[in-house]
Amino acid sequence: MRTRSAILLPLLGVGLVAVAVVAAGSGQVGVPPAEVVGAFFRGLGIDLGPMPTHPQGYNALWAVRFPRVALAIVVGACLALAGAMLQGVFGNPLAEPAVVGVSSGAAVGACAVIVAGISVLGSWTVAVAAFVGGLAATAVVYALSRSDGRTEVVTLVLTGIAVNAFSFGCIAFLIFVADPQAREQIVFWQLGSLNGTTWPAVYAVLPLTAAGAFIAVAVARRLDLLALGEGPARHLGVNVERLRLVVVLAVALLVASGVAFTGIVGFVGLVVPHVVRMVAGPAHALLLPASALGGALVLLAADLLARTAVENAELPLGMLTSLVGGPFFFWLLRRTRSRQGGWA
Amino acid sequence: MSSGLLRGRFGHRALPAALAAGDVAVSAEDADVALGGRPILRGMSLRLHAGELLAVVGPNGAGKSTMVGLLGGDLGADAGEVHLHGRPVRHWRTTELAMRRAVLPQHGTVSFPFVVTQVVAMGRAPWAGTPLAVDDGSAVAEAMAATSVTEFADRTVTTLSGGERARVALARVLAQRTGILLLDEPTAALDLHHQDLVLSLATERARAGCAVLVVLHDLNLAGAYADRVAVLSGGRLAACGPPGDVLTADLLGSVYGRPVEILRHPRTGAPLVLPLRD
Repeated sequence: MRTRSAILLPLLGVGLVAVAVVAAGSGQVGVPPAEVVGAFFRGLGIDLGPMPTHPQGYNALWAVRFPRVALAIVVGACLALAGAMLQGVFGNPLAEPAVVGVSSGAAVGACAVIVAGISVLGSWTVAVAAFVGGLAATAVVYALSRSDGRTEVVTLVLTGIAVNAFSFGCIAFLIFVADPQAREQIVFWQLGSLNGTTWPAVYAVLPLTAAGAFIAVAVARRLDLLALGEGPARHLGVNVERLRLVVVLAVALLVASGVAFTGIVGFVGLVVPHVVRMVAGPAHALLLPASALGGALVLLAADLLARTAVENAELPLGMLTSLVGGPFFFWLLRRTRSRQGGWA
Repeated sequence: MSSGLLRGRFGHRALPAALAAGDVAVSAEDADVALGGRPILRGMSLRLHAGELLAVVGPNGAGKSTMVGLLGGDLGADAGEVHLHGRPVRHWRTTELAMRRAVLPQHGTVSFPFVVTQVVAMGRAPWAGTPLAVDDGSAVAEAMAATSVTEFADRTVTTLSGGERARVALARVLAQRTGILLLDEPTAALDLHHQDLVLSLATERARAGCAVLVVLHDLNLAGAYADRVAVLSGGRLAACGPPGDVLTADLLGSVYGRPVEILRHPRTGAPLVLPLRD
């Protein structure tokens, strides 16, 4: 166990770089890995490795592929990190970002501006609306589940279910009143995609991700203590209520910014922390960074598959993660049950 | 570690001052506690001294766990006051309380498959960033040895039996190395051998100067180990004093609603409580 966890982070890091190089080189204009590396360093002003031989290679990499790879890494890390933190703060492996309403709230925000035809912020209108919607839904869930200055986990989860149901009602209504073109846009937003990613999108998401990651590092040890239950964690000096608020806020930031540009990408937040926990154990000091790297790796690989599996067509990313993630999670469940008799 | 350093402050946290044997460590004065609008404790006054083992006994629903919650600062008193280290318990920070008192809950579950050593090491969390963090390794090893959980140090807690888990939870509480120990039914899940092991440990901590409160159902264990016994009944303190004075047939018969007889242990003289059977 100990040696396995010692090499896990370097292994994930190397894997991530390798897949990133392959992903950046794949597509209509194929670029060999060595030339991808060369073009990458040239863009940073360092002469290292060969330049792409294809005349459009360098431009294709820096204008289209690199931002897309970067956003896949950032969003994957966001979703998995958010899932791991939320599972820790609820002391429950079933928690995922959707529980606090952030995903469905983001969807309501996105759908609303699509249907209303609002475009005050240009191409960023949908992303900003999704971000605001996600944060707003989380705030509503958290505010409604508090009473007497305390939040009870079960109440929080049930409130999340109620707010999710209401959000889905809103989405259904918006789809109902939308014209065919808006309807199509909504459907594809909900399927999730990294198509058309630009550098400004990466720059917009990155600081929010960094803030979330910073919080994750700060709360890791206290999340461990929360596994003992609320009372014992408090007896060990954890201000449980404040910790929960901070984590929910971080999760809302991470997920809302993650899905703002990509749409709904399912299952990464739920499955990745599970797999990492099976390999690395439940201690958050390792679980959180490993989940972030694992999530980045999974989303990057999924996006590579989405745009290369079928010639001249791009599969929806969220469809792919759910299609693969669902059965995989089922298999994981069966395996864990037969091995240790359940999750607990 | 010099005592000057022990009284120092770290961040917002003041390190605990040592208590001399006989000092009042925690005290409740005329405290009322209601949960969900129902009064649980009424007019409760109790003092726990450094260096003593105080057993709290009483029938189901008498308010024993509520008492632990009250003294440990988890539950606020609706009337009256609880002092810990001479200061109202609600004035202490969560982190400062964690350096002064440890609580063993009645039911402990760990929601993720942590390894035993990791769980015991969680007891050291209050000392992170203080000079006492250098004792982390030895405190964990000592607590694990004392509760005899060292042999399964590398197993995950989710695979342990109920009794083994209970000992791991106790090891975590001991590793916290606080001057006040509040143990809510530490013997409930344990066999004969380990029940005695736990109470011997509690006695040992008390002799070392800790203030130890133990909630017990087994009146004979209370009679054999405790310096004083507090009998709770219907949210009130029915009696408190040395076991020989408190564990009487009259008192226990009325508190438990069932006649009992008291025998003296032929060798130690400790009171033995038996239900009166035909």
